[in-house]
Amino acid sequence: MPINRVVPSVILGLGLFIGLGTAVIAAELNLYTTREPGLIKPLIESFEASTGTKINALYLKDGLAERVASEGTGSPADVLMTVDFGRLIDLVEKGLTQKVKSEALESAIPPQLRDADGNWFALSSRARVLYAAKDLDLKSFNYEDLAAPEWKGKVCIRSGQHPYNTALFADYIAHYGVEKTQAWLEGVKANLARKAGGGDRDVARDIMAGICEIGIANSYYVGLMASGKGGPDQEQWAQAIKVILPTFKDGGTQVNVSGASIAKHAPNKAEGIAFLEYLASPEAQKIYAEAGYEYPVRAGVAVDPIIAAFGELKVDDKPLVEIAGFRKEASELAEKVGFDN
Amino acid sequence: MIPIATLIGIAFAGDFSLWPHLLASVLPRAAWNTLILLTGVGVLTGTIGCGTAWLVSAYHFPGRGIFEWALILPLAVPTYIVAFAYLDLLHPVGPVQTWLRWLLGYDSPRQLILPDIRSMAGCILVLSFVLYPYVYVMVRTMFVTQAANLVDVSRTLGASYSGAFWRVALPLARPALSIGIALVLMETLNDIGASEFLGIQTLTVSIYTTWVTRSDLAGAAQIALVLLLFVLTLISIERWGRRRQSFALSALRPRRMEPRALGTWTGLLALCAVSLPVLAGFAMPALYLAFAAFARMDFIGISPALLNEVSNTVLVSLAGTASALFLGLVVSYAARTIPGRLSLSAARLSMIGYAVPGTVLAIGVLFCVTAFDRTLAQLAALVSETHIGLLILGSGSALVIAYTLRFLAIATGGFESGFSRIPDSIDGVARTLGAGSWRTLTRVHIPMLRPALAAAAILIFVDCMKELPATLLLRPLNFETLATHLYGEAARGTYEDGSIAALFIVVVGLLPVIILARSMPRTPKEYDM
Repeated sequence: MPINRVVPSVILGLGLFIGLGTAVIAAELNLYTTREPGLIKPLIESFEASTGTKINALYLKDGLAERVASEGTGSPADVLMTVDFGRLIDLVEKGLTQKVKSEALESAIPPQLRDADGNWFALSSRARVLYAAKDLDLKSFNYEDLAAPEWKGKVCIRSGQHPYNTALFADYIAHYGVEKTQAWLEGVKANLARKAGGGDRDVARDIMAGICEIGIANSYYVGLMASGKGGPDQEQWAQAIKVILPTFKDGGTQVNVSGASIAKHAPNKAEGIAFLEYLASPEAQKIYAEAGYEYPVRAGVAVDPIIAAFGELKVDDKPLVEIAGFRKEASELAEKVGFDN
Repeated sequence: MIPIATLIGIAFAGDFSLWPHLLASVLPRAAWNTLILLTGVGVLTGTIGCGTAWLVSAYHFPGRGIFEWALILPLAVPTYIVAFAYLDLLHPVGPVQTWLRWLLGYDSPRQLILPDIRSMAGCILVLSFVLYPYVYVMVRTMFVTQAANLVDVSRTLGASYSGAFWRVALPLARPALSIGIALVLMETLNDIGASEFLGIQTLTVSIYTTWVTRSDLAGAAQIALVLLLFVLTLISIERWGRRRQSFALSALRPRRMEPRALGTWTGLLALCAVSLPVLAGFAMPALYLAFAAFARMDFIGISPALLNEVSNTVLVSLAGTASALFLGLVVSYAARTIPGRLSLSAARLSMIGYAVPGTVLAIGVLFCVTAFDRTLAQLAALVSETHIGLLILGSGSALVIAYTLRFLAIATGGFESGFSRIPDSIDGVARTLGAGSWRTLTRVHIPMLRPALAAAAILIFVDCMKELPATLLLRPLNFETLATHLYGEAARGTYEDGSIAALFIVVVGLLPVIILARSMPRTPKEYDM
């Protein structure tokens, strides 16, 4: 790296630092998140308004763990927020989180949705549900049926390597073991109406276009589409489908979470914990339910009517930690059967 | 170089237990897909870029003045956005097919299903129409500064205009053409957004899967190294093929080619030929974005943060461009003046940053920069007991470093094809007249390189504006650019909400394009030294 670049950046950095250093009088906290800005901003604004603590955010896509790890002890991150429990557990395993003891969090979040030591807390959850063509005569559905011959050429789904699907496949492994899961994946692959790919909303759009009749996608997209927040086109996509909460034959609906941890070297730990407690509060849980159409983790907070219309959610009983352990096998199985080819 | 070393370090830090699985079920297919994609995109961009460059250089037809610069426009739109827009447009429930059904009297989308854009062919088309400007800019720069005398000579010897193209102009443009295509292929290799979205499993997608889905960074780095070998082999083959050729001009002052006027019909034909790529690669997606933005004005409006994002984008892109150009000049000048393997390998190695997938390079830069930052922080703590935090990462300088490494190849490539046309005799003359090497560079080479410099600057600037993986990973807190804003919207599946940011990328990307168009030399006196 030539010296001519180092010098200006050092000067710039020092200037920034001195500028920041003198400006910091109000409490601050630094949030690293892989969640979409549009969903997190209302939560941030509401927290800032009620506490006066300013939140600096960094919206990442991938590499949250790598970034925090490489920043080491000098990392400014206080709160790490991500989607998919596999990633939450990853952060813990890489030693990037710290234990948190908080009455408020422990009473708000059920024990199966948080780490026993307080290394991570789930803040919202979403179900992997079935989108089906409106005119289809179908009342209930098992994940196992996705591989049934009657659905040949009628199934749409996103890439088998997307964390949402990896988690579902891992849950299948937790129920049936690797071999049966491979057979199931081969069956699902044979039933695909088009290449696995695109996003979850494309399942609804493709059902509307008659490309497929059923597909697996996340619950909250239905809310985002049906509410008109995604524009008039997406409203039409949502009108073309009905939603069924599928279950495992010997279990419930596969659910994934979004959650957060306090970073190991958090400079503003107290503010970080306050923010987590706020996120688990009835007020913030309501924002999760209404703005993001997710299932709140806090008992007593109502889900949005669009989501409530799917019926009673019966969460699959396999522990999240066990499912997370099968992530790698799930991803390799998907490659092995050529799921995305 | 250091990030590449880091990459190798990461690769060997892990074990190789993944390989049996990769070799059995992933790599053969991914490599095959990658090869088909590269071949398709290479042939198509070469044809489009070279053909349009020749048309606007050699002929006069209506609208030529506009298309001269309009042909660069598709550069301004990120590939994945174009993929999104086309899927929307061409989907069975999208406007095009809906209208077709209406025309044919069908009432349900199930009665007429056209081929899906989510396919290899669709991916090749989308990428080609967005990426051909790399070839166009490089080759056009070559044709403009072409020794018109050579074309004229071939004409006096009885060659037709098209004969002059095949026998003289095209061979002369070969270095530019191959560098242009090389850049396109690297962009293609780097693309995750469009190919993943259209369901094409490439090597890059496998790298990404290995890292993100399985949290196996070492495995991802290992695949990246294999990809790198692949790229270096391609580069070497191309160089080897050119080893005995010299493309330098005569030292006569080059004259501009006199474009020939075309008849009405042939003129219209030429107009259609040059407008197709602009329509497909730019106008259609941009109009669609504008339409989407307009239709959703009541949802969005222009956020006040957007102006801040524009200035952030321009600032880091300018810094990245300047530093990539500077380094590129150093490397390619060294390759010219210091004969020997060392300087040549430096020129080759500068291509590497472009050949490594952006995500992987970003990780490499992250590890290096933070290591440096931590050392600096420790030193500061020792010297003055102050806590300075992470200077380079915290100030956004890491972005500039990443852009420089990533786009150095464009600068080096542009300068190399520029230098290749300056005969060594000119250096000799300058030296005889008593100029030192510095004076030769500043007074002789740089003025002669101006078109190449402008072309490289544009490509790099627009690329910096669009760059996503490194920008996302390496930016400081509270720092958003147009590309990251757009990504944030696209991630929610509401990329139409990001259409304003996308249009801003296009608009801010247009300014330099117009500057470039104006700086393309039009008259011989531009070459007066």
